Amino acid sequence: MKHGFFFRYCLQRVGQCLLVIFIGITITFIIPRLAPTDPVESAIATANMSGQYTHPEAVAEIRRALTELYGLEGGIFEQYFNFWKRLLKADLGPSYSSFPTPVMDLIRRSLPWTVGLLLTSAFIAWAIGNLIGGLAGYFSQRGWARTLGVFCMAIRPTPYYIMAFVILALFAYILPIFPLSGGLAIGVHFSFTWRFITSLLKHAFLPSLSLVIVSGGAWFLGMNSLVSNIVSEDYVVYAEMGGVSNRNILFRYVMRNALLPQVTGLALQLGMIFNGALITEYVFSYPGLGYLTYNAVFSGDYGLIIGIAIFSIIGVALAILIIDLAYPLFDPRIRHR
Amino acid sequence: MISTIKNLYEHDRRFRFAFIVIIGIIIFSSLSFFSPYDPDSSYDVPSDQSPSIKYFFGTSSRGQDIFWKMTFAIRNSLLFGISTALLSRIISILVGLTAGYKGGIGDRILMSINDSFIVIPILPLLILFNFIFQEKMSLFLLSLIMACLGWAWDARLIRSQVLSLKEREFTRTAVYSGMKSLPITLKEHLPFVMPIVFATMINNMLWSMGLEVSLAVLGLSDINTPTIGTTIYWANQHQALVAGVWWWIAAPIAISTLLFIGLYLLFASLNQYIDPRTRLLRMGG
Repeated sequence: MKHGFFFRYCLQRVGQCLLVIFIGITITFIIPRLAPTDPVESAIATANMSGQYTHPEAVAEIRRALTELYGLEGGIFEQYFNFWKRLLKADLGPSYSSFPTPVMDLIRRSLPWTVGLLLTSAFIAWAIGNLIGGLAGYFSQRGWARTLGVFCMAIRPTPYYIMAFVILALFAYILPIFPLSGGLAIGVHFSFTWRFITSLLKHAFLPSLSLVIVSGGAWFLGMNSLVSNIVSEDYVVYAEMGGVSNRNILFRYVMRNALLPQVTGLALQLGMIFNGALITEYVFSYPGLGYLTYNAVFSGDYGLIIGIAIFSIIGVALAILIIDLAYPLFDPRIRHR
Repeated sequence: MISTIKNLYEHDRRFRFAFIVIIGIIIFSSLSFFSPYDPDSSYDVPSDQSPSIKYFFGTSSRGQDIFWKMTFAIRNSLLFGISTALLSRIISILVGLTAGYKGGIGDRILMSINDSFIVIPILPLLILFNFIFQEKMSLFLLSLIMACLGWAWDARLIRSQVLSLKEREFTRTAVYSGMKSLPITLKEHLPFVMPIVFATMINNMLWSMGLEVSLAVLGLSDINTPTIGTTIYWANQHQALVAGVWWWIAAPIAISTLLFIGLYLLFASLNQYIDPRTRLLRMGG
């Protein structure tokens, strides 16, 4: 019986994940079909207009791939069926801007950068925001807690782009300590050497700082209000009267309860944080999916844009599935039902 | 309504700040109706002038007075945010009320779809959409597609409100008096849901205006209409920071930050106001 519930929970989460992927990809299928003109032809026209020299052979090849993927031949269901067939074969055709490299290769090359930047920043922001938010909620009468609260209130609504831009401007003009663009210094290659690791961290610092500040502020505010609600509950009052130390009350009773909605929150917010990471990468020319997106838009690479959209959806859905499946580790009610 | 505002204004510092900022920004944006320059024309004034008495926010490299340009930009951004929020409210009220009141299998299906829309990363989809439409893109079209993608979070809030309303005495009285489910939802539940709809509308405006900035800096909004995002886009196109024309980019960033903070504080303050727990506290219960 115990295992039955847990199993059902997992099955349900996997189902939800598949539904997210299904709906997301269906939207990417529908959007090009809303266009007033044939998207394939207008994409090729834009790319030509951007003044790149392309082989006629390349154009023919790309037209075939694009028409197969997003073409308007045959009935709508037939198109939809072909779209999925191509996706399941993980074949998105060649990229237009860097022919004949397949779109999949370009995405595969940028994906580790985005995953690395996004996951570390999201996790650091979540941990710091919740820890400080919890402390500030518990000691809500202290001066520092109020000051931090005001600060986060101002940070929370700032769009990711503006935060990234302000940090870039600050460090480009006032304190030029950190590199402003790229993922690694020129001439540094992937290896487990000190030089590689410092270069990697130095380049990732500013982009992740801007991500951590914005999303950390949001976690702070969420945790702050959760904890200040829990503090007035009976069991906390009894623990205080019973002489349990502040530290034990906060970390063993209050925070543990308040963390549950924040874990769910992380799963729900991940898509939003992903949007932020894309835009931050563009600002700092960080070589991940965001920068690839910018290049794709700039050079009119239609297939690449669709590929990025699809992979973003799949990636975020899978990351959320992992958080969901880890949830029972935090919540004993699901584990021991 | 007015007494609520007065009450909040007197007792909540956040609301007072937000109220003053937003009224100020609304006045600022309505100055656009008195602008001496056409928003589309350029080279009306000498270019690259730093802020002074004559040009409050300086002038751009395209010879536009940034002060007047910003009045248009803020007006368009606000209208864009409001129209996206209103359009998405229609979907979220519809889904939230139906799912909450019907319950059962219909609710489960609707909420699965709803949860999918919450977590799907929307920016890549919007980039694709803008890329497909290109020159035919307009702010209204953008707000329409964003409304179609951004209703889910609020639908869930509305649903949870309806779920709790359903268990109240008056719903049962209405059911036993023979009221049909549609009139119950519209006449009995909707009024209680309205405060949440209003609060989430502000949050949705923040979301859509922030995304518009992201899209515009990539050159993927209606770049010929002045908005907060497109002003930054054009400044970037002319390398304003490198050229030392920092005021071109400082003006939209400063005003929009003020606007975003104002809207967020308004949202936070209203949210606390409509939360039944704090309402009890205020009444001394």
